[in-house]
Amino acid sequence: MNEHPHQDPEHAEHIDSVKTYAVILVALLCLTILTAFVATIDLGPLNIIVALSIAVAKMLLVVLVFMHVRFSTRLTRVVLVGGLLWLAILLLFAFTDFNTRGLLGVPGK
Amino acid sequence: MATAAVLERETYLNASYGLKSWLLTKDHKRIAILYFITISIFFAIGGTFAGLIRLELLTPQADLVSSETYNKLFTMHGVIMVFFFLIPSIPATLGNFFLPIMIGARDLAFPRINLLSWYLLILGGVLAIYAMVAGGVDTGWTFYTPYSTSYANTYVIATALGIFVAGFSSILTGLNFVVTVHRMRAPGMTWFRMPLFVWAHYATSLIQILGTPVLAVTLVLILCERTLHIGIFDPALGGDPILFQHMFWFYSHPAVYIMVLPGMGVISEIVSTYSRKPVYGYAFVAFSSLAIAVVGFLVWGHHLYVSGQSLYAGLVFSFLSYFVAIPSAVKVFNWTATLYKGSISYDTPMLYAFGFIGLFTVGGLTGLFVASLGLDVHVTDTYFVIAHFHYVMVGGTIMAYLGGVHYWWPKMTGRMYPEHFARLSAVVVFIGFNLTFFPQFILGYQGMPRRYHVYPPEYQVLHVLSTAGATVLAVGYIMPLIYLIWSLKYGPVAGKNPWGATGLEWSIPSPPPTHNFDRIPVVMHEAYDYSAVPREVEVG
Amino acid sequence: MDSQIQQSHVHPSDLHQGEAHHLETLALREQFDTEAQQKDASTLGMWVFLITEVMFFGGMFLGYTLYRSNYADTWALASRSLNLPIGATNTCVLLFSSFTMAMAVRAGQLGKKKAVILFLILTMLFGLAFLGIKGYEWTQKFEEHHVPALANFHLEGTQLQGQAKLFFSFYFAMTGLHALHMVVGVGIVLFIIFQTMRNKYSPKYYTPIDIAGLYWHFVDVVWIFLFPLFYLIDRHP
Repeated sequence: MNEHPHQDPEHAEHIDSVKTYAVILVALLCLTILTAFVATIDLGPLNIIVALSIAVAKMLLVVLVFMHVRFSTRLTRVVLVGGLLWLAILLLFAFTDFNTRGLLGVPGK
Repeated sequence: MATAAVLERETYLNASYGLKSWLLTKDHKRIAILYFITISIFFAIGGTFAGLIRLELLTPQADLVSSETYNKLFTMHGVIMVFFFLIPSIPATLGNFFLPIMIGARDLAFPRINLLSWYLLILGGVLAIYAMVAGGVDTGWTFYTPYSTSYANTYVIATALGIFVAGFSSILTGLNFVVTVHRMRAPGMTWFRMPLFVWAHYATSLIQILGTPVLAVTLVLILCERTLHIGIFDPALGGDPILFQHMFWFYSHPAVYIMVLPGMGVISEIVSTYSRKPVYGYAFVAFSSLAIAVVGFLVWGHHLYVSGQSLYAGLVFSFLSYFVAIPSAVKVFNWTATLYKGSISYDTPMLYAFGFIGLFTVGGLTGLFVASLGLDVHVTDTYFVIAHFHYVMVGGTIMAYLGGVHYWWPKMTGRMYPEHFARLSAVVVFIGFNLTFFPQFILGYQGMPRRYHVYPPEYQVLHVLSTAGATVLAVGYIMPLIYLIWSLKYGPVAGKNPWGATGLEWSIPSPPPTHNFDRIPVVMHEAYDYSAVPREVEVG
Repeated sequence: MDSQIQQSHVHPSDLHQGEAHHLETLALREQFDTEAQQKDASTLGMWVFLITEVMFFGGMFLGYTLYRSNYADTWALASRSLNLPIGATNTCVLLFSSFTMAMAVRAGQLGKKKAVILFLILTMLFGLAFLGIKGYEWTQKFEEHHVPALANFHLEGTQLQGQAKLFFSFYFAMTGLHALHMVVGVGIVLFIIFQTMRNKYSPKYYTPIDIAGLYWHFVDVVWIFLFPLFYLIDRHP
């Protein structure tokens, strides 16, 4: 954590090369085509896992490179991870209810 | 009568004149004053609804209002008090005014967003008031589906839109505070030198940022469902009404902590100042704010014990709910420990703080009753619950708010309030509050359900006591309104540190200049270091 | 208001640090001490805002996940009625817009004004193309009777029309909310183009371009998830 926000730290601005961005774009496009193709094949429950894994991979590429999180402060990363954690809390605890209806064998519960 | 010294110096109040200079201001102090006026009006409106409710409940029959009107009264009381008074109350007024000063900043990080958030509250409030004038809303402040989406014939859409807009006001305030605390601290103002008021507001802001958007999207779905009938919460079409309750309480339970955490911050300041001791266990109190913010997000299911949630989830949420008691108790114990061997003065803010500690303890402990799965089945939707959350909201937040307003009044206005009247009002509020709400614990335990305006005659004695208490409470609230306004013109001129308190806000003149500090201070001391503060109380 | 603000870029060292008043510029507003402090605050503010957006969409994702797991068969059937080639194409269009946005920010870092404007215009055009394709898809839904609020709603191949309605309710709500964010994004990009033409930005002050980029990429990321959730899961016959 930056304890002296008023001091002017040497903000070594990192500028990515055009090549980096181009490679990321091509990777994103390939992943899109891949995920659309895989969706047409029956892999059973693996389909969902593949589709979401590819989505997460694409998200990481965009966030880390296009949004410069690779070079960002630790605070930005904490904010990002914290936000995703809270989304997880929302889903996890709501499904603690939805997935356990009737689990304990009490009628209506 | 203003002295020459006050006239000479430029303050945030006399830096410019005219309505426009206020409505377009970017100064956090002026925006705080705008909020003060706004939420006072909302408090009066919400209080009027409460008064009508108590009046109707004087007798077991329906004499004053019909059941439809009664439904609208308690709904609008809840909507106005929760979303337009309690949520913005301390953060948007005292927080807005003092958070930047306390950390040695000239303003919040985003002054124009700060002003925008005030306009959003006004816009939301106008929508909500339009709904009330047009015909009211009767769903309860919780908007439970499918009643709110399919059956209610009242102004649900306008009210929900109003809350939606006001929610963005709350989000933007929280965002502004978080960025300000991270990026605007003066040199030497490390995290563990910040006043506990700032810690409490930081924790509050995190809840506003993480919780409020979920309320916003819930209201969007309510609006879609009500206008288009697409079945998102309608069991007839395959939707799940419990989904609504999960989404609503994911925000609305933590929202309780949006309301009470800033109050705890105020109490930390007051208790320290009037016992002239650093807060006992500073780091524990600071972290307990964060702990309340985090744990507060894991317990929302305790509002769903009787509504079709799985028993297993009920057990999990009940278990987790007890954990909120730990950081809350840490705060109460540490305030009490701060008093030990302190040099205590019984000034008005301290009286309010004592009131807060006692009433919050009652509210918190009864929270354990309603958090326990078995007991809650008995008291759910009764006056026991009503009494419980009013002890936290009114006995906690409003006591802290009034305490804070008195504590910082000399700083904000440059005038002292009349001490005797103020002490009297603190006592009247305390007595009136207990008389209003303690009988409701008994009523609820005996089985009086909430949201009914007709009741069996055997409950009448307790209801009459409660209404009498509400009258006393109203007097207690009107008194400060009168003498505080009086003090603006006739109060003795306040010095820069009338209480001998620590904190950067007491190192600058009262009222503060527009830019707060002539020079940004360099902080050399821990919070609540009384060795550097002269003891003399300087008034006039 | 901006016209009152001087365009000069005061170097932090020219200021007496800690003084109450200094010349206000776009890069250094009154309340800040240094330009770096202001840039940090703006960036942090944007990230915090994006977190509120995550939670905002999060509520919809919760509803989606619940009904997707409850009504898997009907929702799979409804998924198959969506046009995969168009969805995939639109995803690619949006990825291109993110690329041009990243390039615009890069040009801003380097102070290449013409390149900033060019890439922002491209970004806006890709964004508008996305919205156009989305609009075409939506009109298709009207023709196929797949609009849940209309009386003629009908999904072939199932008795459970209520569950099918829920799928399309979430489809419209989530893609609609996403499209609304796109419209706002186009507006922001337009504003940034305008400001760039007025020489408001320089390599020392390009924060607005940067945070507009963050917003744009975030909206892209939302679509990166919406695409598999609606078009791909259980797609196979």
